[in-house]
Amino acid sequence: MNVLIDKFDVFAGGFWLTLQICVLAAIGALILGAVVAVLRISPVPPLRAVGTAYVTVFRNMPLTVVMFFAAFALPALGSNADFLRIPGLEVVFTRLGTDLPYFRFALIALTLYTAAFVCEALRSGINAVPPGQAEAARSLGLTFGQNLRYVVLPQSWKASIVPLGSVIIAMIKNSALIGFFGVVGDLSQSADQLTSAEGYAFIPVAIGISIGYLIMTVPLGALLDRIERRQAVAAR
Amino acid sequence: MSSVLYDVPGPRQRRLTLILSIAATILVLAGAYYLIYLPLDEKGQFSMELWGPLIDPSNENFFLVWERIWVGIKNTLTAAVLAIVASLIIGTLLAVLRLQLKSLAGNRYAGLSAPVAYLLRGLGNGLAVLTRVCVEVFRGLPVVITIFFVARGFPEFGVTLGTLWYLVIGLTIYNGVVIAEILRSGMEGLPFGQREAAVAIGLSPFQTTTLILLPQSFRIMLPALISQLVVVLKDTSLGFIISYEETLNIGKQIIGVLSNPIQVYFVIAVLFILVNYSLSKLAQYVQRRLSQGRKTAGPAAQAPPAALTAQAESGIAAM
Repeated sequence: MNVLIDKFDVFAGGFWLTLQICVLAAIGALILGAVVAVLRISPVPPLRAVGTAYVTVFRNMPLTVVMFFAAFALPALGSNADFLRIPGLEVVFTRLGTDLPYFRFALIALTLYTAAFVCEALRSGINAVPPGQAEAARSLGLTFGQNLRYVVLPQSWKASIVPLGSVIIAMIKNSALIGFFGVVGDLSQSADQLTSAEGYAFIPVAIGISIGYLIMTVPLGALLDRIERRQAVAAR
Repeated sequence: MSSVLYDVPGPRQRRLTLILSIAATILVLAGAYYLIYLPLDEKGQFSMELWGPLIDPSNENFFLVWERIWVGIKNTLTAAVLAIVASLIIGTLLAVLRLQLKSLAGNRYAGLSAPVAYLLRGLGNGLAVLTRVCVEVFRGLPVVITIFFVARGFPEFGVTLGTLWYLVIGLTIYNGVVIAEILRSGMEGLPFGQREAAVAIGLSPFQTTTLILLPQSFRIMLPALISQLVVVLKDTSLGFIISYEETLNIGKQIIGVLSNPIQVYFVIAVLFILVNYSLSKLAQYVQRRLSQGRKTAGPAAQAPPAALTAQAESGIAAM
């Protein structure tokens, strides 16, 4: 059990790095997912096709493949993902500014992959609004934009929040993959490092790493359950 | 559907849509050409040297490469099928067990002597807590970590198996728990009258669960279950971290020899997308069939409660 105390800084550092990529990827995926969702409901057919293609491709591909693509195709495209070296953010999220690009590649892969699911969560929320609402708004003479802004989106938000939450939980769990793609020092890579290279006993390390992930996923899951139960009561 | 959001377009709107469509198409194509095609072409990524082994049958390596990929596909499917069957069995058992324990929770075992009754109650409650903790822990852990722990932890206790079994066990632990939760929420969402009627005609709690609740829960949750299968299939690609020879790992070996990463990963991605897309379509088809079946069944059958459909949708979304 000593490893938990001796190497506490490794566990804490791993937790912090995993948390960093989760926060950044969540922000990126929510923005990108919202854009794709707008494309998917837009009245212009080619834009709708682009949105649908995006979701189909990324939803049906394993995240592993997306990560490999990011690691091999981005350099081939002549990009080291340097556009992610955002001056203000670099201070807090130090990994964004390092010369090794793997953290940025992993971030891009995680964002692209999660955005497809975010889009679907948002769209399922919009579909959950009774059609009569949008029809009534239209017959009052509201335009497409007004309809979305004042009638549909405020209602769809409620139906989206639970699916969005489970997408974010899934993303936190998916972030464990980055440790196997050259990102040094996150929780999953620490597990590998401590058990194989440094030869610590397996069970204490496993417990420490598990606690790191459970701290992030279980409270969020409990919160979602609570929201869902409340909504079920309110709907009755 | 989204078409509710706007009127049937008039002539002016149609003209505008057409102009916007053309503009958007040109923009997308130009973007793809300048940002993706040109840089890739510049680096010679479209040369036959790199693509040939994958798409040109006259290439000397073509058959060798596809033979390897076929081995990978077979290994992926083996792992996926084993994991799916195992997690369905484990998931069903776990769901039934948890429901049984829940129905036992209030039981006072009035006919038995006090110590035995207390022992049984303690045992029931302890098991209920234990299964609950197991479910929460394994649902909250990333499946990569579970597979990794299995592969690292089993040899530690003197159990050495093939990498296939590590992968299958890791996937089963995670997906079994998820499927158990799907089935359990399906059973708990059923109208309460179902259970009361079963008790009224003299079925035991176990019979009630297996004969009445479980079949209905399977039916309602079928779309969520199928999309969980897509998840399993996608997650078999994690086998590469414990060096199981599935499609992605084979791809890595091919890249090691031919050094054409983009091309090989492109082909693998297309394979995955094809299989998973057809599975998702199947899930949609089943869902449509089920909702039709409910409509024609008359007033006796009713729509599942809102919380349940939300759960199913979130299951689909979370895949």
